[in-house]
Amino acid sequence: MDEISLLETKMPLFETLFPLGIAHYLIGGLLIGAAVSFLFVATGLIGGLSTFFTSTWSYVSSGAYFQRDEFVTTRNWRLIYAVGLVLGAAIWMFTVGESFQTSVSWWQLALGGFVAGYGARLSNGCTSGHGICGLASLQLPSLLAVIIFLGAAMVSAAVVKTVGGV
Amino acid sequence: MKAPSLIAVLIAGALFGFGLSYASMIKPEVVLSFLRFEDFGLLWVLGSASMVTLLAYQLAPRFMSKPLLEPAFKSRASASNRDTLLGAALFGIGWGICGVCPGPAIAGLGAANWPMIITLLSIFAGAYVQGVLAGRKGS
Repeated sequence: MDEISLLETKMPLFETLFPLGIAHYLIGGLLIGAAVSFLFVATGLIGGLSTFFTSTWSYVSSGAYFQRDEFVTTRNWRLIYAVGLVLGAAIWMFTVGESFQTSVSWWQLALGGFVAGYGARLSNGCTSGHGICGLASLQLPSLLAVIIFLGAAMVSAAVVKTVGGV
Repeated sequence: MKAPSLIAVLIAGALFGFGLSYASMIKPEVVLSFLRFEDFGLLWVLGSASMVTLLAYQLAPRFMSKPLLEPAFKSRASASNRDTLLGAALFGIGWGICGVCPGPAIAGLGAANWPMIITLLSIFAGAYVQGVLAGRKGS
């Protein structure tokens, strides 16, 4: 009996909870943590991602909200940070990974993106801003936000499936 | 911000994008399987990323007088108000519909996951509407 099937026999619960194993999740998470930590130690910046979607509008919109200091003074590094994300994913694809086309329906990608974008900016944080940076900053409102968005996402993912979504 | 800092930002972003891809979070199918209780693996991503960052955020300002390249450490203060909580609920609803959050929407481009461009543009649209409404409210 090889090691993996031995593990499955011994740990049926583990296999149920993590059918694909945990190694890639754990390593990926550690890399993300290392990235946000490196950003902080090197530059002192807090590496959430959703603000990028507002600060980038400040290049083209003269609207009062978009021209606030918090967006105009951070838009350059946030844009470079985003370019880094694209670069990192490309490095992954050309080394250990492979390209992958999602089969999630276009209406899910469009509607979900719009609502998530509006909500993340209203909340001033997303999975990285509240989830990683907010929790690591011991911010209670971020913990509440994480609990709320995880719960809401579980409900909407279930509803979407019942109406024929992927 | 000078060139060395911007290069550090680029490296941090690349490491973030690589980690997101490695953790398969750029696959909406994987995120949706987590939200539907079929695979709890994403808890390891959030947990390990938060723990490493917790160490950095709590220890670095204690042992370093300033960051390596910039004059001061920033801090994150989350507001405890209605917008934070209502926004989180809306963000969750949207995330559960598409299985894509802001980081993977950006990183998906690099891994040639072309349909996710729809989400990337939609997040920009949602952020724009939020900004316009917030501007009206503020003026």
